[in-house]
Amino acid sequence: MDSLYKRLASAVEQAIHQAETVLPPDVEEALHTAYDKETNVIARGEYENIFANLRVAKEKDVPICQDTGIFVIYLTLPETVPLTTKLYDAVFEGIRLATKSVPLRPNAVDPVSRKNSRDNTGAGIPAIHIIPGDKLLVTVLPKGAGSENMSQIKMLLPSDVGKIPGFVTSVVKDAGSRPCPPVIVGVGIGGTFDSAASFAKEALLSPINVMTPFEKEICGKINELGIGAMGLGGDTTCLAVKIKQGACHTASLPVAVNIQCWCSRRGIIEVEV
Amino acid sequence: MIRLTTPLGEEVLALHAGDRVLLSGIIYTARDEAHKKIMEDGFPFDPKGAVIYHCGPVVDEAQGKIVAAGPTTSARMNNLTKPMLDAGVRALIGKGGMSAAVREELRGRAVYFAFTGGCAALAASCMDLVDCHYPELGMAEAVWEIRLTDLPVVVGIDAHCGDLFSR
Repeated sequence: MDSLYKRLASAVEQAIHQAETVLPPDVEEALHTAYDKETNVIARGEYENIFANLRVAKEKDVPICQDTGIFVIYLTLPETVPLTTKLYDAVFEGIRLATKSVPLRPNAVDPVSRKNSRDNTGAGIPAIHIIPGDKLLVTVLPKGAGSENMSQIKMLLPSDVGKIPGFVTSVVKDAGSRPCPPVIVGVGIGGTFDSAASFAKEALLSPINVMTPFEKEICGKINELGIGAMGLGGDTTCLAVKIKQGACHTASLPVAVNIQCWCSRRGIIEVEV
Repeated sequence: MIRLTTPLGEEVLALHAGDRVLLSGIIYTARDEAHKKIMEDGFPFDPKGAVIYHCGPVVDEAQGKIVAAGPTTSARMNNLTKPMLDAGVRALIGKGGMSAAVREELRGRAVYFAFTGGCAALAASCMDLVDCHYPELGMAEAVWEIRLTDLPVVVGIDAHCGDLFSR
C-alpha cells in the first residue's frame, strides 16, 4: 500500500479508537446537564453509572459500550487525492486494524445466513460517503444496533408539514426503553427515500449543544413522554434533536428519524496528504 | 443497597421493583442465538438458581479477559425466556425491560435486573472470565461464564409483577 493509503488506514483506525473510548465533549456535557436537572432517583442512579463508565473507559482505554457498532464513514477529499478503489481499500484496512487493536466486537454478518465476517467489514459496509473538501478528513460514526433498530422513515404528504413533530415524537415513543435513552434524535427532512435516511444520520454529526427553535420544540415534546434514562422513568428522554434537510419532489415529503443512544460516538482525524 | 450472591434462591421473592442491588457470583451471558441453542442442545450449566445476562461482550480471547460487557436489549428475548425460567433460572439481567408475558412468567419465581445500557467498561471492571460455552456461536452470541463482583443493578421487574418499565 502506498504511504498515503497507509496513513489513511491508520487514520481510520485512530478515529475509531478515539470514537469508541472517549465521548465527544458536547455529549458528555449534555448528559451532565440532564443529570443536574433530573428529579427521578432511579434515573439519577443510571446517570451515575454512565459517568462511572465513561471514567473507566477513558482510564483503561477500552470501549465505552460493548456494541462497538458498525461504521458509517465520511471522507472529505481534496482535489489532489483521486477517488479510486485504493481509497476504499484503505478504509476497509483501517477497520480491520481497529477490530484487533481497540479491540472491537465483530458485528458484521451476512443478512440471511448470519455468517460473521469477523472483521467488521462486508458487502456494502462500511457505508462510505465522499464529500469534496480542502483537506483529507476522516469522520467515523459507529452505530450500535439497539438504537439503529428503532429508526423509522415515512413518506408524508406534502400537506403534512405540521405533522413532522408528531411523527418524530411517535418514533421515540414506540422505541420506549429499547434504544438506551436519553437519546439524540437525527431527523432527515426532504430529499428522496434514500437520501432522507442519510440526512438523518448526518444530522447526528453536528454538535448537540446548539438547537434551532424547531429542533427545541420537538425535543420538548419528546421530553414530555417521561420515558427517562434507560426507560426507568425521568425528566429527560431526549438530549437533543438535530435536523438536516434537503429539497424534495413537489409531490413528496420524506421524513427519516434515526435514533442515537446516549453513547453518541464520533471520531474525526485529518490525514496528511 | 442489597447484596446478593449467585446461585440465587427464594431471596429473590423479597425484592421489589426499584430496589438497588449489588450482584456477585457466577452469571452466564445469552442472547438470541444462545437461547435457541440451549433449547435445542440443552444447558451448558446448571440452570437451578442461575442468572442469565443478556449481553454479547467484547472479549480479549488471547488474554482471557472481558474487555466490555454492557447489556443488550432484552425485549429480543421475550419469546425465548419461558424455557429458561421453567428450568429454574432465578434472575435475568438486561436493559430496556421485557414484555407483559415475561412479567407474568417471572411471577412467584424470578426477577429481572436492569443494568445501565452502554455501561460496558464499568460492567467489565466488575468481571472475571471463567469459561466459554458454545464458542461456535461467535463472540457476541456465545455463552460466557463470568464471575461478578458487585455489579450495581436495579430490580426492573420483581416476582410480584412490579415493573418499572410499564407505565
